[in-house]
Amino acid sequence: MSDTTQSGPVLAADGTPLKRSLARALRMQKLRALMLIAPLLLFILLTFILPIADMLFRSVENRIVSDTLPKTVVALQEWDANSGEAPGEDVYAALAADLIVAVEAKTHTRLGTRLNYEMTGISSLFRKSGRKVKRWDLAEDAPFKEKFIDIDKDWADPEVWRTIQTYSPKYTNGYFLNSIDMQKGADGAEARPENQQIYITLFQRTMFMSLVITASCIVLAYPIAWILANLPARSANLLMILVLLPFWTSLLVRTSAWKVMLQQQGVINDVLVWLGLVADDARLVMINNQFGTIVAMTHILLPFMILPMYSVMQTINPSYLRAAKSLGATNWTAFWRVYFPQSVPGIGAGSILVFILAIGYYITPEIVGGTKGVFISNRIAYHISSSLNWGLAAALGAILLVVVLLLYWAYDKIVGIDNVKLG
Amino acid sequence: MALTPVTPQTPGFTAAVAAGAGAFFGLFVGTAQATGLIGILIGAALLGALGFVFAGMTDKEKPLRWATFALFVVLGYILGGLPEAVLGGLFGWFAGWFIFWLATSRYRQHLAPYLTPGQVLWHYTFRVICGVIFVFLITPILVVMPLSFNAEDFFTFTPEMLRFDPAGYSLKHYQDFFTNDDWQQALWNSIKIAPMATLLSVSFGTLAAIGLSQPHVPFRRAIMAILISPMIVPLIISAAGMYFFYSRIGMQGTYFGVVLAHAALGIPFVIITVTATLVGFDRSLTRAAANMGADPITTFFRVQMPLILPGVISGGLFAFITSFDEVVVVLFVGSAGQKTLPWQMFTGLREQISPTILAVATILVAISICLLTVLELLRRRSERLRGMSPG
Repeated sequence: MSDTTQSGPVLAADGTPLKRSLARALRMQKLRALMLIAPLLLFILLTFILPIADMLFRSVENRIVSDTLPKTVVALQEWDANSGEAPGEDVYAALAADLIVAVEAKTHTRLGTRLNYEMTGISSLFRKSGRKVKRWDLAEDAPFKEKFIDIDKDWADPEVWRTIQTYSPKYTNGYFLNSIDMQKGADGAEARPENQQIYITLFQRTMFMSLVITASCIVLAYPIAWILANLPARSANLLMILVLLPFWTSLLVRTSAWKVMLQQQGVINDVLVWLGLVADDARLVMINNQFGTIVAMTHILLPFMILPMYSVMQTINPSYLRAAKSLGATNWTAFWRVYFPQSVPGIGAGSILVFILAIGYYITPEIVGGTKGVFISNRIAYHISSSLNWGLAAALGAILLVVVLLLYWAYDKIVGIDNVKLG
Repeated sequence: MALTPVTPQTPGFTAAVAAGAGAFFGLFVGTAQATGLIGILIGAALLGALGFVFAGMTDKEKPLRWATFALFVVLGYILGGLPEAVLGGLFGWFAGWFIFWLATSRYRQHLAPYLTPGQVLWHYTFRVICGVIFVFLITPILVVMPLSFNAEDFFTFTPEMLRFDPAGYSLKHYQDFFTNDDWQQALWNSIKIAPMATLLSVSFGTLAAIGLSQPHVPFRRAIMAILISPMIVPLIISAAGMYFFYSRIGMQGTYFGVVLAHAALGIPFVIITVTATLVGFDRSLTRAAANMGADPITTFFRVQMPLILPGVISGGLFAFITSFDEVVVVLFVGSAGQKTLPWQMFTGLREQISPTILAVATILVAISICLLTVLELLRRRSERLRGMSPG
């Protein structure tokens, strides 16, 4: 710097311009950080993100119809579903050719099961036809239209053909329509019959119960967080154990505890009967309904509300409250106008966390919820393991996932994921 | 430390408040015995009288409190029997303490002198409310423990248990747990799966956390959001996705599949705890080590690791408990060969309800108490290392 006549860039010790040398050092630093993160990122992508993407893909995938009945699908393209008549002989011939191959590979029953989700009765139709078609010969037994209608007159029903035609594309929005109580009708999407509408109700109930759980968590957590933040450190630490012990106890332990407490021969009912507040033959029904789910889940999620509230309240200076009172505010005004606004970030953080956790809960509703207190998760589990309608399970899961990710995004904006604290 | 100088209360005040408490508890005794109204009257009269008498004799606190205790034990025994005597004893202890607490104005001593009576009342009402919520938090866990010693196959307290009859208690559910093959297999599976999953998530997670806490990380927020997502995405969705995907690639129902799934679920906890520890880590220490000739690996193991170890261990404990406790994912990703302890409990709760579940629950509570203690010790150590608290 002393030599003012020298022009050009400042040089580093090895002769390269300092700017470039610094940029290279920064790049190296970034690269090193990324190299450290890369293994984990790859791990999460492979074991977690990819499976979820696969699930999302499954909710629109519908290759089974065009894979099993390739010729029929092509032949059906010409047919007008609104004509009210069954398609012509060429379609039946194509179906016969496809079915002979499918029966050989035993894929026709799977197709039948798939189409049965859309129109009941197709599953048995395919199984029945499969047994007969097996003995046919393509060259000799034509024409096939009469033969198919002989097997089952449903093959003359345009509705069956319409269903096959509607679900012949490789991708479908049928599962999503199904998960909001709609179906693909003759002309576009239409509402399902009243008696088949369950998912909208289930989504509404999941939302409503999660909101109730979140609200009761706020009400119960606020005083606890307040007293923990305002007691001397020693007693606060002792009381903190009472909050952390449930937090660390196995979820199934807590759920079974609530089953023990709430059932009709359970501890709460026994105590109430012993106190004479409830007659022995009129024990309260507190389990296998919404009440049971709400109580048990409020208890289980309460620590997730207390901990963020507590960490926010710890930072609020108690002298503000005293200052407000000395300036003439009543107790209520001092709390409502001075303390409460400062504690809102804690309430927000806790509420979003509890709501996100509540909306996707499965175990507790399954055990204490009965039929009226179950969530959308239980329906998803049912479709995966019992009804085997995986596409519908994936579509329901996708909707739930979108809701949760929106909330997660909001949480990141409001609280920041870096600020999540445990214990 | 007394904030406010106090004078003893008048007998009238003490008697009135004590009578109120008596009426409240009398109501429950009354409904249990005959009618609520008589209970209220008797309870109010009894405690009111005691309050009035004791207010004048605050110098003989100890013997009078013992006398109250004995009185209520006897009353309880006459009314019900042994269980009621215990309850009576508890209540007698409370009544004695409560009356002298009022009579000597001890309740006022630790509060600021300028508080109005209304504020004092609210102060204690608030404490009672908090107490009720704490009871709500802890009771379910406490109730499970004695029930696990039930001699019958019921989920309720039998009359024998309430009479403290030794015949009402037994260890048979514990014996069932330790001898039943289903439970032992489940325990063994849990013990095999959880440490492997923990090892995976701790080793990957610590490395990534160190990377994330470097000063310049591109896309830090997005990467963090992805790494934390297994904690946020509902378990049923993770389970469904993994089930579909792992069955596609033939890992559904294998030990390895379950371990990978559990490791993914445990990672957010490791990331959160380790990055939190690294916030307090002094970077100049690694520079100093490098300055003295240590290569990066030596620096990591000799300088950085010992300092962040508490965070790593507590992250590992979180990951362990996540895997040890997890049921939804293993239910779908695992097969009968990977049946873990929570899975066995879940089927137990849904299908054949046996109190063995309560014995297992008690054991698990004991384990979580141990883990909690370890964590607390680690937290203190970490704070001491960082100089955040004295001692």
